[in-house]
Amino acid sequence: MSDPAHPGGPAAPPVERDQALHLLRKMHEIRFFEQAAGLLYQKGRIKGGVHPCIGQEAVAVGVCASLRPDDLIGSNHRGHGHHIAKGADLGRLMAEVLGKATGYCGGRGGSMHVAAFDVGSLGAFPILASGIPVAVGAALSARLQQRERVVVSFFGEGALAQGTLHEAVNMAAVWQLPVVFVCENNQYAVSTHVSQTIAFRDLPALAGAYGIPAKEVDGQDVLAVIAAARWLVEHARGGQGPGLLHARTCRFEGHYFGEPQVYRSRDEVQQARQTLDPITRLRDALQAQGWLDEAEAQAIQQSAREAVEAALRFAEASPEPDPEEVAAYVYTA
Amino acid sequence: MSTQPDGSARPAGGREITYLLALREALQEEMRRDPSVFLLGEDLARHGGGFGVTQELWEEFGSERVRNTPISENGFVGVALGAAMTGSRPVVEIMFMDFSALAVDQICNQAAKIHYMFGGQARAPLVVRLPQGGLSWKSAAAHHAQSLEAWYVHIPGLVVVFPSTPYDAKGLLKAAIRDDNPVVFIEHKALYSQTGEVPDGEYVVPIGKADIKRAGKDVTVVASGYMVHSALQAAETLAAGGIEAEVIDPRTLKPLDEETLYTSVRKTHRVVLVQEACRTAGVAAEWGMLIQEACFDWLDAPITRLAGMDVPIPYASSLESQVWPTPDAIVGAARRVCYFPGETPWGIPGDAPQDMPQDFPRE
Repeated sequence: MSDPAHPGGPAAPPVERDQALHLLRKMHEIRFFEQAAGLLYQKGRIKGGVHPCIGQEAVAVGVCASLRPDDLIGSNHRGHGHHIAKGADLGRLMAEVLGKATGYCGGRGGSMHVAAFDVGSLGAFPILASGIPVAVGAALSARLQQRERVVVSFFGEGALAQGTLHEAVNMAAVWQLPVVFVCENNQYAVSTHVSQTIAFRDLPALAGAYGIPAKEVDGQDVLAVIAAARWLVEHARGGQGPGLLHARTCRFEGHYFGEPQVYRSRDEVQQARQTLDPITRLRDALQAQGWLDEAEAQAIQQSAREAVEAALRFAEASPEPDPEEVAAYVYTA
Repeated sequence: MSTQPDGSARPAGGREITYLLALREALQEEMRRDPSVFLLGEDLARHGGGFGVTQELWEEFGSERVRNTPISENGFVGVALGAAMTGSRPVVEIMFMDFSALAVDQICNQAAKIHYMFGGQARAPLVVRLPQGGLSWKSAAAHHAQSLEAWYVHIPGLVVVFPSTPYDAKGLLKAAIRDDNPVVFIEHKALYSQTGEVPDGEYVVPIGKADIKRAGKDVTVVASGYMVHSALQAAETLAAGGIEAEVIDPRTLKPLDEETLYTSVRKTHRVVLVQEACRTAGVAAEWGMLIQEACFDWLDAPITRLAGMDVPIPYASSLESQVWPTPDAIVGAARRVCYFPGETPWGIPGDAPQDMPQDFPRE
């Protein structure tokens, strides 16, 4: 547990015990949700592509825990975790992944185009960086409507290579809009390592070029994420403009379920699972803090598992979308 | 400009104003009526936009609602989409339609699909204004004179509007701003300075409703934008020779008012389609297919299409003048589908049907 404001100093958890346990619970939910999706994918029950965020749970959970319910997030292709962290209903989310009528998008979006406007998700934009100007526009809208709303835009380091990202960051900076850009750097854009594609890997320096503040954190440490995200969110909410959070993280699965991962060794992945698991890390920290015993840890894990199992039952029992409705929602009614 | 829209429900009273001023009045009235409407694009504020449409609006509404953007077309259309999804009604200007190529991802992949792919959770009530075309705006060449409406007509979820008169420009822009769907609003650069009658009072022109710009019984001519005026000019020449052309302006390219087309074709039995855009896979191809499917038994001649050439728009006048359909070409095409003596749709001399005029003056 580290405090970015006091590197190397005494680590005081930036949250109360109840919230810390909530963070743990949410990370378990995301992990079980993704594992369940993986099993469904293996069984051929999920038709489309699924990009799991196993290993990256702490970034979504830490950032969303620093937001108010009225704040918004914009997501990407690896977006289940963002939605769960923002409070999306697990059943409707799983139903969408399974293409069911009860899904958030009525089965029209699927895993890659899910959205949960009821909890402040602007939706997943799986074309890299395409959701970033949309998040900036939501922040502009908030200012025009004089709302105290902050918008978070999640993207991976692969999106750094898209011109649209730079267009969006530039506009947010010029107009001083309440946006927090969150780069989840898992090092691989599908198969290609960041060192082969991105020349400017010093993201605080990049933010500095745009004149906006940046925080760099260990994205496997949810308490570090929340501390940094809170600072940036309140900075934005206070009218001081956008900021950038650079979270170094690791995905433990392939780019999508079934992706063969020929670009990295099994050892690399195995070692990451053993040393970089954000759930293990929070649980150990809370136990060291005396906030959690083994029985409580088990109970939290079990309750998250049951929530995902209930979501799965709901999704599997739900009907397919009515074929007669295929053209509904092309235009507004 | 002497166009006469069908006119049945037009408010009384009016003024002769330019197409450009009609667009500005629409923006101004909608911004006064609805505080959620705002403008963004390059050089909109003091400069008044690429062609002056937004002049004087910055003075009234200020920099927040008449917002200059960086030169980042995909970025600022994305910003408009995010604003539209959260309760605002942005109107974007892209300086030249050619530059909208940079924003095709946001227009076609994002805005067009938001309502559908999110299952109705979100709406995208934004308008993207695109000045298009060449003609009287001379020698703009390859990157400043294209007509790209077919790109957007092809995309489910988009509404595509293309007015040809000041009356339609104002009424359709107001309707577009009030529409909850993303609207691609095409303006023809050569029409900005043209004048026409616009009512004094409040009105909108409904989206999805074509207009019969000139009634006639012998041949249906379908055209949009500047080509409406070329068609009307051709119709005068044809009338002098005894052929009465009915000129139909779809006004909304998507959704297309098919019934108005079919009703006309079932009356005239002959069709000339005109588009300024280059020929291949343009809107005229779609119109022709629809008419063929719906009106085959009523057709007395093959459907004829006039279109821009399949070339990048050239610079030199001697080349540029070859590219677009002319009123003379429309006259020729109409004569051929009417089997005017000595002319047939196939270019082979033949006999005119008995009900067609026999004394049309030959050139």
